[in-house]
Amino acid sequence: MKAAAAPLEVKSLTKRFAVGSAIRRRAHVYAVDDVSFELRPGRITALVGESGSGKSTVARLLARLYEPSAGEVLFEGSDVSRVRKRRDVLHYRSQVQMIFQDPFGSLNPVKTVRHHVERPLRIHRVVPSSQVEERVHELLRTVGLVPPEDVAAKYPHELSGGQRQRVSIARALAVEPKVVLADEPISMLDVSIRIGILNLMTKLKEERGIAFLYVTHDLASARYVADDILVMYAGQIVEHGPIEEVLSAPLHPYTRLLLESAPDPGAKVHEIELRKGDASAAVDPGAGCRFRARCPLAIDVCSQVTPELVEARSQHAARCHVTAPAP
Amino acid sequence: MTSLVEELPVSRTSDATLLELRELIVDYGFGERRARAVDGIDLAIREGEVLGLAGESGCGKTTIANAVLQILRPPAHVTGGSILFKGEEILGKSAAELRRYRWRNVSMVLQSAMSALNPVMRVGDQFVDAMRAHEKINKRRALVRAGELLELVGIDGRRVSAYPHQLSGGMRQRVVIAMALSLKPELVILDEPTTALDVVVQREILQQVEALKRDFGFAVLFITHDVSLLLEFADRIAIMYAGEIVESAPAERFSSSPQHPYTQGLLKSFPPLRGPLTRLTGIPGSPPDLRDPPAGCRFNPRCPHCRPEESALYLRQTSERPRLREVEPGHEVACHLVDGGAE
Repeated sequence: MKAAAAPLEVKSLTKRFAVGSAIRRRAHVYAVDDVSFELRPGRITALVGESGSGKSTVARLLARLYEPSAGEVLFEGSDVSRVRKRRDVLHYRSQVQMIFQDPFGSLNPVKTVRHHVERPLRIHRVVPSSQVEERVHELLRTVGLVPPEDVAAKYPHELSGGQRQRVSIARALAVEPKVVLADEPISMLDVSIRIGILNLMTKLKEERGIAFLYVTHDLASARYVADDILVMYAGQIVEHGPIEEVLSAPLHPYTRLLLESAPDPGAKVHEIELRKGDASAAVDPGAGCRFRARCPLAIDVCSQVTPELVEARSQHAARCHVTAPAP
Repeated sequence: MTSLVEELPVSRTSDATLLELRELIVDYGFGERRARAVDGIDLAIREGEVLGLAGESGCGKTTIANAVLQILRPPAHVTGGSILFKGEEILGKSAAELRRYRWRNVSMVLQSAMSALNPVMRVGDQFVDAMRAHEKINKRRALVRAGELLELVGIDGRRVSAYPHQLSGGMRQRVVIAMALSLKPELVILDEPTTALDVVVQREILQQVEALKRDFGFAVLFITHDVSLLLEFADRIAIMYAGEIVESAPAERFSSSPQHPYTQGLLKSFPPLRGPLTRLTGIPGSPPDLRDPPAGCRFNPRCPHCRPEESALYLRQTSERPRLREVEPGHEVACHLVDGGAE
């Protein structure tokens, strides 16, 4: 299957943060380390990992909230990670939009829904002023906020969490973006309305061909909406591929651990083997696999050589000496 | 000095009721603006049992926990009913009596360990404070016991000298759990204990709670919005909606035959990680405003079975409050559909 060209491509993206004081010798945290992937139109790519694994940093780098330490973010072929001209930045922002986790914090409490959805329409001059009102209503209908005339006049505090998140989505859609970055969009919502937001993402990808990056720690919801998956551990992508294939036959031991840990209503308390360590970003990482201390499969080479992403199966790659050895 | 585990009875599991709520009513505010967060709840926890209490935010589950510990803050107040611990009424106890009851009989682990620990105090000293507030124990001995408790939850005992910020989120939550166990309570309330944590850490912690429960024999009231977690960890589950319990049954019954439309919708809100994937719908609409709940069944505006065409049933659904009724031994449902339909 040949998919359409990727509007957004990430190559060897790296973000280091300095730690320690100015006087002491500084170390660097590799929050994102040599990450490469593509977002394709009409596909949802899930980026999963534990807190501290760097997944939100990736989304923020793509949204230009951070500047990368190394690597490129290519939008329709040109590197946008370092553009500074207001016009170029605006153009990029009109094509790549972000939805945040907290629907309470991302809306201005003293402004109406209309204001939130209208602003991007005016700033990016998406439609002539005379049509703004009509477009606002259309957007609200698209995200399922009906009747739009009533909703538009409301303030954020009058809406439920799910409705607020829908306003955020309507706002993101206002500029007709090609890419939407959704950073844990459902984790703060009530369970009964989460599915509605996920279904909305699916509808938008199908109807508008939007490329989604869905950042989450919840594998089950990723499986529900996404087509592809990227698994991050300590700043690196350790496995990627079509989601059904990755979840049904995971290669990397970390992906397996994540799958084993997820609640399984079918089984009665199934125990997993506990090992010390966590997925926080690596501080000045040396050579070797970052997961080795927690890995049940670790062999000698794991502590000496950093594994590369190896495509062990068609389109399905992992960073592991044991399950995906270099050819 | 005997070690902590040896001091404890091996198991206290039996059929005796430990905690019982009868017709409990908790209101926020008074008069016109009153919101009835908990409306006539009956609930019993047996010794050594894990009771899961699930529902969406605002359904009253945390309010119940706060009422049990008598730590409701104004404008919240108990308006009616009773809370019996081993048959003894908790409501109306004096502050001194409550101090003995809290931690020693019932302790609680809150959702955010970050805010439960004092950031400028060493972890060990916080244990010492908690222990010395409740029993006569010298500081050195309390500190030794703090170390033992930390070991129990899988943390190096020497970390008693650590400050909270030096521990990861998962470790902090374990510290709080260890602290909740320090006075060997008979009931531990876990209020969303792992919501802020990652799946791997969540499983580790719940696994540890399971093991500790086996050794100590305490009962657990496990409050969460994640029903899938309860299906695995709880013995019995009660589902709350808008201040009422709509269904309660042994955990296995929930996966095999959930009866209430809300429970069914809730279970269908979690996409499966394994097996076939179907399109899910969630539950349309959102929970009601408790200041002005819908008449009749509170779930009726969102219920797929509540249709004006079925006029007799519809009338009951929108005017009469369904009562909890036993459909199978140990399985209670509050719904007009299972309550004889439109008879």
